[in-house]
Amino acid sequence: MLKLDSVSRTFPGGQEALRNIALELAQGEIVAMVGGSGCGKTTLLRLVAGLDAPSTGLIELDGAELHEPSADVGIIFQEPRLLPWLSVADNIGFGIAHLPRAEREARVSRALLRIGLAGFEKRWPRELSGGQAQRVAIARALVTQPKVLLLDEPFSALDAFTRASLHEHLLALWETDRVSLLIVTHDVDEAVTLADRIVVMQPKPGRIFTEIRVDLPRPRDRRSDAFHEVSRRVLDALDGSLSEGQSKPASGVSETAAFWW
Amino acid sequence: MSDTTLVHPRTEAAPGPTRRAVAWKGWLGLILPVMLAILLEIGVSAGWLEGRFTPPPSKIAATLHELVESGEWFRHGLATGWRVALGFLFGAGAGILLGTLSGALPLIRRLIDPTIQALRAVPSIAWVPLFILWFGIFETSKITLIAVGVFFPVYLGVLGAVLSIDRKVIEVGRVFRLSKLETGRRILLPATLPALVTSLRAGLGLGWMFVVAAEIMGASEGLGFLLVDGQQVGRSDLIVAAILSFALLGFLTDALLAAATRPYLRWRDDLSTTEKN
Repeated sequence: MLKLDSVSRTFPGGQEALRNIALELAQGEIVAMVGGSGCGKTTLLRLVAGLDAPSTGLIELDGAELHEPSADVGIIFQEPRLLPWLSVADNIGFGIAHLPRAEREARVSRALLRIGLAGFEKRWPRELSGGQAQRVAIARALVTQPKVLLLDEPFSALDAFTRASLHEHLLALWETDRVSLLIVTHDVDEAVTLADRIVVMQPKPGRIFTEIRVDLPRPRDRRSDAFHEVSRRVLDALDGSLSEGQSKPASGVSETAAFWW
Repeated sequence: MSDTTLVHPRTEAAPGPTRRAVAWKGWLGLILPVMLAILLEIGVSAGWLEGRFTPPPSKIAATLHELVESGEWFRHGLATGWRVALGFLFGAGAGILLGTLSGALPLIRRLIDPTIQALRAVPSIAWVPLFILWFGIFETSKITLIAVGVFFPVYLGVLGAVLSIDRKVIEVGRVFRLSKLETGRRILLPATLPALVTSLRAGLGLGWMFVVAAEIMGASEGLGFLLVDGQQVGRSDLIVAAILSFALLGFLTDALLAAATRPYLRWRDDLSTTEKN
């Protein structure tokens, strides 16, 4: 469905952010991208969102080339980026202003119900907690009914407990909508909790190092051995992605694994 | 647990006295002016002060009453208010237009901003002789002077507001594929509104300042004319009455502007909203 074909991005200053990225996302698939800083994860999402253009290569959605923001691609940023002068309801309905009023209101109230914020319509963004604000941002991206939802480290600013609850919210929304999710994260546990497939990136320039399938049934138990096994493989891959070309560490979790970022 | 039982009654009791104390302290500011007024009144009636130079409050009140009764106050007030209104309209309009253009388009900014900043260094009153030469001694030169005074704070405020709009918020507009016009209406305008209101209020304040300058230089009516008239006929009560009228009108128009825009600024997350909610 979403297809990136040998996508590269070199910034005007000559800095090569991404080299030769090939990636496909199936309908309803959840793919997580992890990697050290400077590996171009955010650049990649901005390319898919149409906020930036690849230097070479093609990005296609259902066979049509993407080169500007599309109604079929939603994005959630690291910060909620709610518009402070709009109420919660108006923020959620921001992207569907062109729809008839009744339809708009129905979609907004359904979205509020689904993110567990019914009754918050008239609140200002400043009155929301970080987790609530990010839920509103998710609702705002989903009411336009995109085919692909991009998430750029969306939960990194939240505490562990809020983050876990937002993972559940996101998965619940995903189960009904079956939208494809492409999520960038530096939290290995988050990647293993959410993704069907984890793409490990390698920095300078950003390239795909390896892919790891996650075949665990949902809901996933973070304390299970199988979960830890996958996490360990991802950490190993991250280690490898950083040290390739230098001294390659022996297999197993090395001491640097915890400090890969 | 013992901690909470200790803290609880203290936090409960705190708001009561504090709020009463604040309300009471608010009246403290009145002591000085009221004392001065009483001293002035007593001083003049006892003959320690000369009423011709230091008008007692009763005399000022009588003068104001007389001005209102005869309709003179409204004639002069209207003339002055009309000049401020026109000057404000032109000055603020130009300030908003050029500030927005200069903020949104780097090319325009490079073209016009240096000139405007240079002109800003000229004390506005210095333009008066030139304006009189160009526009004559009647309304046009006065209104132009007021407009010039209003223009600079509005231009600077709008320019600063447009330049400081968060790129991240603009990106939200791009993600939802807003057109240029929609981006202006749904993102730029609300994002710059708080700064716009602040700069309009600053501009209005300067408008009242410059109308005095304009009217002192020559006018046959207006509150500034009353000032000059009072000086020429040696009536300090008339001067103070005009000063008080300026203060009142300036305060009222500023409050009106603030009240008219407040509903659009309720969303702000700063001291102006949080202390009242």
